Amino acid sequence: MPNLAIERWAKSASFAPDAPVVLTLEGPHGPIVHAVTKAAAERGARVGARLTDARALDPALTAIPGDPAADGALVERLAQWAGRWSPLVEVDGDPSRLPGTGGLRLDVTGVAHLFGGEPGLVRDIRHRFAKTGLTSRVAIAPTAAAAWALSRHAPCICGPDVAARVAPLHVSALQLDPGIVRTLERLGLKTVAALIGVPRLALARRFRGAEDVVEAFDRALGRKPEPLTAIGTDPPPRALLKLEEPATHPEAASQALERLIPAFVRELEDRRLGARRLSLTGYRVDGSVAVASVATAIPSREPRHLQRLLADKAATLNPEFGFDAFALSAEWTEDLGAAQESLVEEPSGTRELARLVDRLTVKLGPRAVQRPQAVESYLPERASGWISALAKTEPVALPSAQRPQRLLDRPEAIDVIYATPEGMPRRFMWRRAIHDIARVEGPERIAPEWWRQPSSARLRDYYRVEDADGRRYWIYREGLIGDGRGGLPAWFIHGLFG
Amino acid sequence: MAAGLALVAGDESRAAKIHQLPNGLGERWRVPAPPSPTLSELFSVHPRDGGWAGFLLAQVAADKPLLWVQDRMAILESGRIHPPGLATRDLIHVEARDARDALWAMEEGVRCSCLSAVVGELWGDPKALDFIATRRLAVASERSGTPCWLVRLGGQVNLSGARMRWQVASAPSLLNDLDPRSPGLPAWDLELFRARGHPPGRWSIAHEADRFHLVAESGDRTLGEERQLRA
Repeated sequence: MPNLAIERWAKSASFAPDAPVVLTLEGPHGPIVHAVTKAAAERGARVGARLTDARALDPALTAIPGDPAADGALVERLAQWAGRWSPLVEVDGDPSRLPGTGGLRLDVTGVAHLFGGEPGLVRDIRHRFAKTGLTSRVAIAPTAAAAWALSRHAPCICGPDVAARVAPLHVSALQLDPGIVRTLERLGLKTVAALIGVPRLALARRFRGAEDVVEAFDRALGRKPEPLTAIGTDPPPRALLKLEEPATHPEAASQALERLIPAFVRELEDRRLGARRLSLTGYRVDGSVAVASVATAIPSREPRHLQRLLADKAATLNPEFGFDAFALSAEWTEDLGAAQESLVEEPSGTRELARLVDRLTVKLGPRAVQRPQAVESYLPERASGWISALAKTEPVALPSAQRPQRLLDRPEAIDVIYATPEGMPRRFMWRRAIHDIARVEGPERIAPEWWRQPSSARLRDYYRVEDADGRRYWIYREGLIGDGRGGLPAWFIHGLFG
Repeated sequence: MAAGLALVAGDESRAAKIHQLPNGLGERWRVPAPPSPTLSELFSVHPRDGGWAGFLLAQVAADKPLLWVQDRMAILESGRIHPPGLATRDLIHVEARDARDALWAMEEGVRCSCLSAVVGELWGDPKALDFIATRRLAVASERSGTPCWLVRLGGQVNLSGARMRWQVASAPSLLNDLDPRSPGLPAWDLELFRARGHPPGRWSIAHEADRFHLVAESGDRTLGEERQLRA
């Protein structure tokens, strides 16, 4: 995407299309031209020149500070969107730091036939980028480095003879350090072809220490592997649906889901996998994506269950200008052998429970549906830990003491009449109601956990009290008189007994 | 759960003979239960009284997981359930934003036969909780065989599709043999004010290990002066 920065700016700005505008970045010696409009280029502005130099050529130039961070974000978004062509997409270079290097690398091995061969794929990519208002230069080559070089210098579809295609290019196409490129130019080795003629040993010796020229050379010609970082040995299960026309109907996502699920489940079945987290991605016409994701408690590939989970979320996907493709993929899968639940149509307990948890979690959120996970601690609020019901619980032995059935999320301060300094409570007031204590048992002393609490934490004396009506509460006094950790002890109510 | 009807007290309790047991417990008592699992509604007489939980938990089987739904207001007002204090650890807790979500979660749970029971706590008188909502729960519960308990904290007795409707209040606990000043076995005053296939009644009961007992002292109280609740 050679003109990404200026095209992104042009989409959002309200300048006349033929205005001479340059985007600038701060350089060490004043602003540097970062991107130019066509009109500005005609007037002599060049990318990389200083703004003062460009202004000297044409004083009418309008300079606007560029926004490389937003450019980078756009490339990231486009990378997601490019998932419509291939599951393996990588952002090439770092456009937010190195302006003008924005590019996407797609692994299109075994993909092109879906789009009518490689020419069809290139046409499709170019066409869709043009529709979003971005210029794209597309090259397909057997090696990533060759594709990089060709897309920047001579966009084409390269067959197996990489050397012939790359040979006429300038040496800067080899992704070399600018210093090395300059040295090579001075030596008269201006094209890759010239470089091929030089003995490898001489090259290696001349450019020792710096980024190895020989290596760059090998990468381009495919003599050395250069994997995409996004590569996964096993691509995630995925089903793709392309629409003839962009769908703006709000129900489009739900309908697409219905059509995607059978193919997706078939793939899971073939690979003996069950989905734990899956997402439905809608690719919009304008180069953005909308994603709906759900997670499951146990691996599943039951079509009805998956559909039920995703249906609500799919309905919320906003088509905006219209979806023209959908993908259903599982980001997290687990092995799931072929299994038959039972001879009759009666689901087993664990599976039914897991499905219930899934449904509750999808609707109410993972934080609302929880299982108890005990924590080894005497502090009651810590001991009764909760974790998401989707996670696995581990058994933890807890001290066996009488505990209330209900615990307030946060202990509430109460006013207590008690025999100082450490006597039994007689009466307390909680939420403006007075409770006369008829029976009391305690104290049960729980010391602060000094290894994780601040040194000012005070001990707690818990009392099990019963008021005159027979209601049973769990109250505690925090601290002792004269323990050196604050003033008078405070009383709190913490739990209710059944 | 105690099996075999030992004594029906309450309205008939004047006629019933209370056997005095040494520790202040009366006759063994069996909870009036519906013939098949269904929706029971339980009102806590005082909203900040946790006593009902003891009565309810004693009736829940522990062989399968328990689904416990609380709406946010119930958690704020009377606390979140505390697993170390419950007999069963195998439970799923749902914190619902409001009564509508809570009822939805309860209905989803009640449709599963993989749960031992569904307990839902609602605070006050939410709009979403009407006759239709309770009726749906009752029908779903009867169809799947999963008992459902709808707990009302600080709510008014209104029209409901529940088959059994209780009012529960904590009662002064029994005498603790080891220390007379500390609370003993928990006791409750129960009122079954509406039930299908069972006469309404009032009881004072205590729970010991695995069974309920009538509390001897209040076994033959006069019932005429007590207010009658009918829904």
